[in-house]
Amino acid sequence: MKSLLARGSELSSSSEQLKILTDVSEKKSLPLFETKLEGSGLAPFLPTRIEILQVNVGKLCNQTCKHCHVDAGPDRKEIMSQETMRQCLDVLTGSEIPVLDITGGAPEMNPNFRWFVEEASGLGRKVLVRCNLTILLAGEKFRDLPEFFAANRVEIVSSLPYFQKRRTDAQRGEGVFDKSVEALRRLNSVGYGIPGSGLVLNLVYNPAGAFLPGGQSTLEGDFKKELKSQFGVDFNSLFTITNMPISRFLEYLIESGNLEEYMEKLVSSYNPAAAVGVMCRNTLSVGWDGNLYDCDFNQMLDLPVAGTVRTIGDFHLASLEKRKIRLHQHCYGCTAGSGSSCGGAIA
Amino acid sequence: MAQETTYYKPEDLKKFGNIGEFEPDLAKKFFDYYGAVFADGALSAKEKSLIALAVAHVVQCPYCIDAYTADSLEKGVTEEQMWEAIHVGAAIRGGASLVHSVQALNKVKELSI
Repeated sequence: MKSLLARGSELSSSSEQLKILTDVSEKKSLPLFETKLEGSGLAPFLPTRIEILQVNVGKLCNQTCKHCHVDAGPDRKEIMSQETMRQCLDVLTGSEIPVLDITGGAPEMNPNFRWFVEEASGLGRKVLVRCNLTILLAGEKFRDLPEFFAANRVEIVSSLPYFQKRRTDAQRGEGVFDKSVEALRRLNSVGYGIPGSGLVLNLVYNPAGAFLPGGQSTLEGDFKKELKSQFGVDFNSLFTITNMPISRFLEYLIESGNLEEYMEKLVSSYNPAAAVGVMCRNTLSVGWDGNLYDCDFNQMLDLPVAGTVRTIGDFHLASLEKRKIRLHQHCYGCTAGSGSSCGGAIA
Repeated sequence: MAQETTYYKPEDLKKFGNIGEFEPDLAKKFFDYYGAVFADGALSAKEKSLIALAVAHVVQCPYCIDAYTADSLEKGVTEEQMWEAIHVGAAIRGGASLVHSVQALNKVKELSI
């Protein structure tokens, strides 16, 4: 499968995606997300304090997952430069932001990835890498990644949609499940996910279709039992994340005839308790070109941060913490049910 | 108004909560009970969802089948578990018919030389 961009799909345009979300909301008389927040006493929607700098180092990926909100893939060439990475490190040096969250694409495919991790790790901050697992088996130059991660005390967060092959491969591509299990074994072999090692390996569950994730703790129990008994694999925590109705998951929703019902489900499951803790309130998202966003989803929809500070090079903490968070109908995805963030359920 | 071609309409499932329009107190009692039944207890909410899926097939309720198929998926139930539950329902339903054949057997013996 190619990316939406490579296929010349209309959905590769963020304005087309926003138009579709607006149209379906009007057709089904769904309230604006902003109105819903007002009803919960949460308007204007403001950040708390920046605790996570999430840096998307590029859209290049060795996988082409059906639900990918980045539209990443082998045909995407957008890559963060070393200069922009340096600006991110300068921001960490000049602030007390405790967590650097590196994402992509497959972030390990950025040629300056290891330098970036080593520099950030040297600053004494928690460094988190969103590793898709199969990259560990993608060639000789990625083979020693488990040892590299361990040496830099990196926290690993990896998608594994399900503990069975069928649903995982349906979402992430044929053969991904078997490779993911092999990658998890390699991470376990250097101590990741093993009690007492201090090396953290967390997994991410995305529903393999047009439904919401169930209870995080129940699913974590199922994953732990099945992965251990069937494959001998250990991990620390499972994060449940709701699929956002954007990019390639939006394409799936339209093609499968599920878009209207999925949006209705997100809206009817709106949970004000989850809205209070959504990740855009304590996260700043940096695009591959250095532009700033409230979250990775706004980044992919080209909804930049409000205010005068627009790039990581112009970072100014006080100004950014006063900004108003940009909202649209996709935001219902983070506030449905138990809520959804990069760290899993919220409420 | 166009002639309806079916009694069952999928969108009516979303209106289930509206049944309290004329008897709100009784509806509230029902939904409170319903919520309590499906909460985690000695059986997990996931196990209860599978029981509901099996019963939905036995009572042939299209709304319930839609609702508890989706609910099972949300709770991380595998397809194998879902279909085993459906077969349990089918086996009880089939068995319920067949066990009455004992009565037929008795009658055959009563009437035969």
